[in-house]
Amino acid sequence: MANTTQALEAPAAARAKPSASLWSDALSRLLRNRLAIVGGVIVLGLLLIAIIGPYIAPFPYQSQDLDAVTLTGGPVAPFRGAHILGTDELGRDLLSRLMDGAQISMTVAMVVQIVVLFIGVPIGAAAAWFGGRTDSFLMRFTDVIYAFPDLLFIILLGVAFRETFFGQAMNGLLLVFVAIGIVSWVTMARLVRGQLLSLKETEFVEAARAIGVSDFKIVTRHLLPNAIGPVIVAVTLGIPSAILSEATLAFIGIGAQAPRASWGSLIADGQNYIRSQPHLVIFPAIAIALALLSFTFLGDGLRDALDPKLKGKQ
Amino acid sequence: MLRFVLRRLLLAIPVLFGIIFVVFALARLIPGDPCRAQLGERATAAVCNDFIHRFGLDQPIPVQFGIYVGQLAHGDLGTSLKFGRPVTDLIIERLPVTVELTLVALLFATVLGILLGVVSASRRNSAVDVVTMFGANIGVSIPVFVLGLVLAWFFAVVLRGTPFALPPSGRLSSGISEIPLTEVWGLTGMQGPLRVLADFVSHMTIFNALLTGQWGPLGDALRHMILPAVALGTIPLAIIARMTRSSLLDVMGLDYIRTARAKGLTERLVVLRHGLRNALLPVVTIIGLQLGGLLSGAVLTETIFNLSGVGRTVTEAITGRDYVVIQGLTIVIAVGYLLINLIVDVSYAYLDPRIRLS
Repeated sequence: MANTTQALEAPAAARAKPSASLWSDALSRLLRNRLAIVGGVIVLGLLLIAIIGPYIAPFPYQSQDLDAVTLTGGPVAPFRGAHILGTDELGRDLLSRLMDGAQISMTVAMVVQIVVLFIGVPIGAAAAWFGGRTDSFLMRFTDVIYAFPDLLFIILLGVAFRETFFGQAMNGLLLVFVAIGIVSWVTMARLVRGQLLSLKETEFVEAARAIGVSDFKIVTRHLLPNAIGPVIVAVTLGIPSAILSEATLAFIGIGAQAPRASWGSLIADGQNYIRSQPHLVIFPAIAIALALLSFTFLGDGLRDALDPKLKGKQ
Repeated sequence: MLRFVLRRLLLAIPVLFGIIFVVFALARLIPGDPCRAQLGERATAAVCNDFIHRFGLDQPIPVQFGIYVGQLAHGDLGTSLKFGRPVTDLIIERLPVTVELTLVALLFATVLGILLGVVSASRRNSAVDVVTMFGANIGVSIPVFVLGLVLAWFFAVVLRGTPFALPPSGRLSSGISEIPLTEVWGLTGMQGPLRVLADFVSHMTIFNALLTGQWGPLGDALRHMILPAVALGTIPLAIIARMTRSSLLDVMGLDYIRTARAKGLTERLVVLRHGLRNALLPVVTIIGLQLGGLLSGAVLTETIFNLSGVGRTVTEAITGRDYVVIQGLTIVIAVGYLLINLIVDVSYAYLDPRIRLS
């Protein structure tokens, strides 16, 4: 009896909240995921530091406290005096430099994903929509990019354009952004293609075609909006690998030029003092790990929220 | 099956040409004068002209490309501008270091990753599971170079003088050397492809020592390999552990597992004999996909731990503007990557017939 009542009530309950759209539904699922919340809060914090960092940093990131360095005869140790996290061998405040690094990392996170969207989505959409030769040509092209070891390709691009105007723009950062974007769009193109291929066969697309909607409009108004969930997830999960790539490149000396302080170049510089002043490596390492973890947690949470079927899978 | 393999091979050809073209084009774009990068800033114009002519750098770019493809077809990767030696020689000498590092790292990641994944899945939500999965999340978030540096610092600086100290650089301690297997087996007079193979294997320190029974150097080589392999293998380890866990959990919910339990098998048999076998399929793909990442990681690991493999050679060639070496090694690495992907695809199709039929 109880079952019958429930069965009768269930549709009524569903009718009672008709405004529960995909997005508000997803949001409530996201808010129940504690790790994703923690990740999201840290991400917001990092974004905030990236934006207002220059105004709240204890020192300008490039200014040198020569007195302190002369006194200690090397990098200043952390947790003493004015420099909370100590300084490097030139007397530059580590905390302020880490904040500048946050700005670089967050910019990488955003710009690379914009490049990925601008290249990956059109290519994936074109391959799926036109099919046939266009599809196989575009997919072979993505295979070529995919077959390349990423890091090697970015290094080659970085070195090839290093001394051009383009390579010098934004302290060498623009080149790094674009190079990372160029190797990263492949996954997006494949994802969009896969999504659109299955959507293409649905009835609402057939209906749109029947009433004479143009190809371009079908793709942009009908297909892409339906694929937006997986795209958002892919963008969020692509961010940590972009941040990692930038840090790696900076570590081997490509990208942000001194005195800008990328987390990767901070570690490369600190390497020389690892015996006496390991904090110069450890603090930037924590910063990188924290940023990567937060974006991963947030991305995992978004995936579970937008596509509950996948919950618990990779 | 044969048709599937042939089709995949045919598809690989345009990709291969694309790679050769891109590498060639990018290597030409690297700014600076290769002559002065090699011979020093004070090289005279006459010397440089001779240098440029000798290496064909005065020909139009399309002609240079044509020459290059022709040479590649003959297995000739050109002569290094810096070392004055054939690139193939450099590859026979340095690729084994990278291959050995990658294999050991992959072995470490696979064995430990599957083990941790199985333990996590069979004790779901237990302390072991939570700790392993949290560790796996942290593991994927630590860049190779950070982990490498921290390991080197901890095991070589902090633990110096204790029995747990490990060497942070090189392949063998100073004073210890290995006799290449070509000498041990009296093959020094041998020529041709077999000799190349023998040389290749003899440059893999661990395999060489193992094959020829040089136990002292073997122990030393293994000790030198621990830190780089752990640094390089941690990210794949974390990914493999996560994948094994989720895939096994999926399989363990299926009906045939219930049947296996119902007929009274022990839990161990159910997991290992019935569950794991089917759960490993996606794990195989993930392992294949990791190889590409391992190659990138190897570049950094070799730099940090001072190993002269292809990764370090490429980065050195880039700073030294050694076009020929950059081209040759990038192509070899990319082709290796392509082959690995091919093997993964084929083995996947072999394991799961639905794929080759679609």
